[in-house]
Order: sequence, then C-alpha cells, then structure tokens
Amino acid sequence: MSRISSTFDRIKREGKKALIPFITAGDPGKGLTVLIMHALVEAGADIIELGVPFSDPMADGPVIQRASERALANKVGLKDVLAMVAEFRKTNAETPVVLMGYANPVERMGYEAFSRAAKEAGVDGVLTVDIPPEESQGVADVFKSHGLDPIFLLSPTTPESRIEQVAKAAGGFVYYVSLKGVTGSANLDTEDVAKKIAMIRSHCALPVGVGFGIRDAQTAEAIARIADAVVVGSRIVGEIENAPENEVVNRVKYLVEALRRGVDAASR
Amino acid sequence: MNLNDLPDSRGHFGPYGGIFVAETLMAALEELRVEYDKARKDPAFMAEYEYELRHYVGRPSPVYHAKRLSEQYGGAQIYLKREDLNHTGAHKINNTIGQALLARRMGKKRVIAETGAGQHGVASATVAARYGMECVVYMGEEDVQRQAPNVFRMKLLGATVVPVSSGSKTLKDALNEAMRDWVTNVESTFYILGTAAGPHPYPMLVRDFQCVIGNEAIQQMQELAGRQPDCVLACVGGGSNAIGIFHPYLAHPEVRLIGVEAGGSGVDSGKHAASLTAGTPGVLHGFRSYLMQDENGQIIETHSVSAGLDYPGVGPEHAWLKDAHKAEYIAVNDDEALQAFHDLCRFEGIIPALESSHALAQAKKLAPTMKKDQIILVNLSGRGDKDINTVARISGIQL
Repeated sequence: MSRISSTFDRIKREGKKALIPFITAGDPGKGLTVLIMHALVEAGADIIELGVPFSDPMADGPVIQRASERALANKVGLKDVLAMVAEFRKTNAETPVVLMGYANPVERMGYEAFSRAAKEAGVDGVLTVDIPPEESQGVADVFKSHGLDPIFLLSPTTPESRIEQVAKAAGGFVYYVSLKGVTGSANLDTEDVAKKIAMIRSHCALPVGVGFGIRDAQTAEAIARIADAVVVGSRIVGEIENAPENEVVNRVKYLVEALRRGVDAASR
Repeated sequence: MNLNDLPDSRGHFGPYGGIFVAETLMAALEELRVEYDKARKDPAFMAEYEYELRHYVGRPSPVYHAKRLSEQYGGAQIYLKREDLNHTGAHKINNTIGQALLARRMGKKRVIAETGAGQHGVASATVAARYGMECVVYMGEEDVQRQAPNVFRMKLLGATVVPVSSGSKTLKDALNEAMRDWVTNVESTFYILGTAAGPHPYPMLVRDFQCVIGNEAIQQMQELAGRQPDCVLACVGGGSNAIGIFHPYLAHPEVRLIGVEAGGSGVDSGKHAASLTAGTPGVLHGFRSYLMQDENGQIIETHSVSAGLDYPGVGPEHAWLKDAHKAEYIAVNDDEALQAFHDLCRFEGIIPALESSHALAQAKKLAPTMKKDQIILVNLSGRGDKDINTVARISGIQL
C-alpha cells in the first residue's frame, strides 16, 4: 500500500480528515523549503503538496505565479525539488509528498527517468496539472510502475460521464477543484461542492481532496465536513510572500495550526 | 496516410498536438470540438463564412507576379499571395471570422483573445464589433508599449485591452492570461485563439479557416502562370499563415514547402525564436511541439524584430511536417528580414509586415539559385504599416 493510501487509512481510523498544505519549492529561498516542510508537519499537515516551479503556470493565479517566479529566480529546477524531498526524507519517513506542477519539466527529464529519481527521493504522488487522463495513458502507467500515485483533478465542469475515466487512471486520491478559475480564486459554495462530491463518490472509491478557495479555519472546517482532505495553497503561499524571511517558518506554522484546528473541528 | 485525416480524433499529429490543459477546460474543448464538427458539415454555416470572407474581408486576395523584385533578385519568378490586402491588413481575419461565427452559434456573447503584435487582437476586436460581442484582449505589457497604434485601434473597435505584467510580459504570457480568463469564465466565454496552436481542436480549426489561402492560391497560380510554383515560402511564428498555404499544397508533393522562422540576432546567438530550427519537443499552452526551452524544461525568452514571430512554440502540425520531411524549416535573421522589407517597398511599392519579410528574405536567398522559368510563391501574410515605428527606430529615425 502506498504511503498516501495508508495515510488516508490512518486518518479514517482516527475519525479525522486530512489537511494538505501546498507550498512552491524554492520560495522564498532554496534553503527554506525543507524547513517549511518540517514546520508544516509539526503544525498538523498529513500530506505535503510541493509545487514544482514553471515559467508558464497557466492554471495558477497571481499569488502562485509570483511564487513560481521567485523560485525560478532562485534557479530552482525539478532536480533541485527532488533533492529537497530527499533532504526532507532524511528525518521524515511518514508524511507523503505530492509533487504538483506542469508537464514540461517532467517531459524534459523524461517520464521514466523522472519516476525513478522521484521514487528514490521519496516522492509519493505526482500531479501534473496539464496532463489530463486522455494524454496520460503511458504517463500514469510509468508513474504507477515506479510506485508513484498519479493524482488527477476533477472540476465543476467535469461531466459525470468522465469521472469514472479519471478515477480509473488515478491513484492515492482525487483532487476536486472547487471553483472554475485559477488557484487563489474566492467565493466557495460549499453546498455546491457537497453535491459534486456525492456524485464523485458514486463513481470513485479513492479519497476526495478539495482545494481552491479555502482561506481560513472556517472554510477549512466547512470543507472538512464534506471531503476527505482539505487542500490549501494560495493562502499559505501568500503568507510566505508577505512574511519577512526570518519569520517565514513561524508564520506558516501558525497559519497551518489554525487550519488544522478548523479541519479537526469538523470531526468533533 | 491521408493528410486530411490528421489530426486524429484526439488532436494528435503523430507525437505532437493533443490536449494538455487543466481539467476545468476539458469540457469546454470537447464542446468546441463537437460544435465545430457540426458547423463545418453545415452548408448554411459554411455559406455564411464564405459570404463574410468575400464581402467583408475582400477575398479572394490576389496573387501578384512581382516582376521587378524577381528581376532584381535574378533567378526564379517571385509571386506574392496578397493577404496584406485583407480587411485589417493580414491573414488573421480569416480565422477570427470563422471563430466568431462559431461563438455566435454556441451562444457565447463574450470573446477573449491573446495578441502579440496586435494583429490578431485587432482582427478579434473587429469581428466582435461586427457581430455585437463583448471583447477582451490580453496583451503583454511590453507589447502594449511597442504597439501603441494597434492598442488604440482595438479600443476604437470597442475592445478592452488588458496589459499582462507576468513572466516576460509578451505573447506567451498574454496566452497564459487568456487561458486563465477562459478557465474562470468558461461557460460564457469563447476563446478566439490566434494561431494554429493550443489544445485540440484549435490547431485543426485555425488551419481549416486559414486553408482558404492555399486553396485560392492553387487555383490562381493555375490561371496566372499555367502551373503550380516550385516552392512556397511562408513565415512561421505560431504558424497559422504557413499552415493555411502549406496544407492545401500537401496534395502537390512536387511543390517544395519552406517555413521561415525568426532567427533574431542569429540562431547561434541564442537570441531568436526559431523553435523548429533550434528547439526541442515539449509541452506548452495545451499541446506538444517544438519549444524554446532550457535543460530544466523552463520556457526561455525569445527574440525577434517581428513581434508576431516572437513566440517560443510552434503549431503541432508544423512539428509533424518537419519530422515527416514534408516541409522544410529554416531561420532568417532580423537584418536579412529588414533588408527584404526595404526591397519590397522600393521595388514593388508594397510595405510588407516584418513577419512576412522573413519569407521574402528567404526568397531573396533562394531565387538566384533557381532558373528564370521557375516560380517561388511567397505568402505575404500582412502589411507593414504597423511596423513603421519599429523600422524607423532601427534605422535611427525619429518619427
């Protein structure tokens, strides 16, 4: 069983919901990423989503775009991201790490070579935003053959007929994007999300994570009531952007602790 | 393999093309694919498209025998397909008319577009005004400054121009931003993509709407010269004018097809936009093709005197044609394109777009190597009025 699946099993046994924070690797500095990852775990993260910087982040809003630009200015590429995961694994063997990014850096390294290196570094899952299941036949199989869970997105515009197809290609969990739009958008309609999740569950046995539009303990709690996992990205990346460098780690920890309390409030 | 069968049902030209977008856009692209498939089989739709091309755009555009230029270059006879004479001054409108009619058919009242030099933005703003649609054009901040007259033109036509300040602040970033708008407003909005690139079905439908160029040329060459040219030249940025003339000529394998990319300061200098000549395959903006990228798979900045060719990717059908050796691709440098620009002004009284000047520069190199009874057909994709500021600046002249 993959580290992601056993993590979801454990959380289910404990009667809780998972918290999945996202940060962009290499932002604000190359040396800070591993420190922030450990802080995320201490603050209550169950799984870490680590963004791989890309020059053209088409599906991201301004906050994560700027994080990507800062990371690229720090010369952080896919190989550096894998090195960060390996460094993190030296002292953490439990927390799953999912790489989230775009196809081209992986394509450039080669899917086979990337999968081998990612597994060796201790990566558990890979979400390539711009590779939908239709383009992923070979890719998802390569990931799976190396023990990496291919994570796929579902969205408000995904027709019911497609959910099964996505679920078949996916591993670990599926990520429901709660809003039409880019990362960092606002205005979450939890009732709408709940309906869609019910539909997803009728076609997909994997745990369902929900992201986009979760900004505080309150929205985290609302989503934790209906989903298996709560994904928070732009809010955390925005905190990193606005904090002085020597306070980044503590500020992120403080924020994620609050999100954790929100998620746990849902299971009380 | 029948070339008209490409792309396959999922948009692949061999290993290129495809649909590499986030999940939210998948349904919209499928809707577009289904609707376009119906529209192109609908005689009423095609009749309206053809009516608009004839009466609004001014088609067919002539083929012109540039005798003085041919004499000057010494060698093959040079013919020009005059897309510069279209309404709005370039081939772009062939495509925007088609897509706007599709948008109307799909009940979308808001259209968005990306633009580099502003030609596609102007052509999109034009059709939006023509059909009474709201129009938002995304344009890199750098380009907004470089192409002020086109920005004003779009505003006159009622469009909103949004300057894009992310990334390199040029065409590729405008495309990113248009995609972000589309993903946010996917149900109300039609994205008028300007080149034969992007996710399926765009490379196919843009090609189909641009094929009017090649279809006309085949007939016109027969009438004018009694035969087809030995060689067809077209500039390639994203590649829409080139695919529009190349694709119909694929049925004439004896005709050599040469795509001319932007060599900037020279391919060896690294400052260029010649993705087919010097790039490597990768995934960007929803499709797989040749890209300008570094060893980490990050897209690198491109350089060209011509804003319309200043793009780090190229339409997937060109990538396939290159690998299949059905077309050749070479690069021409800024200074060569500029020289060809001046030549056409002086010898034929035609001010060409800097994009098209790249194809003309290749004609200048090729013509002397050919016989006097041979023919080169150059796709003169646009007129150069928009470029006079750039040319003046390079020549050190203050307007």
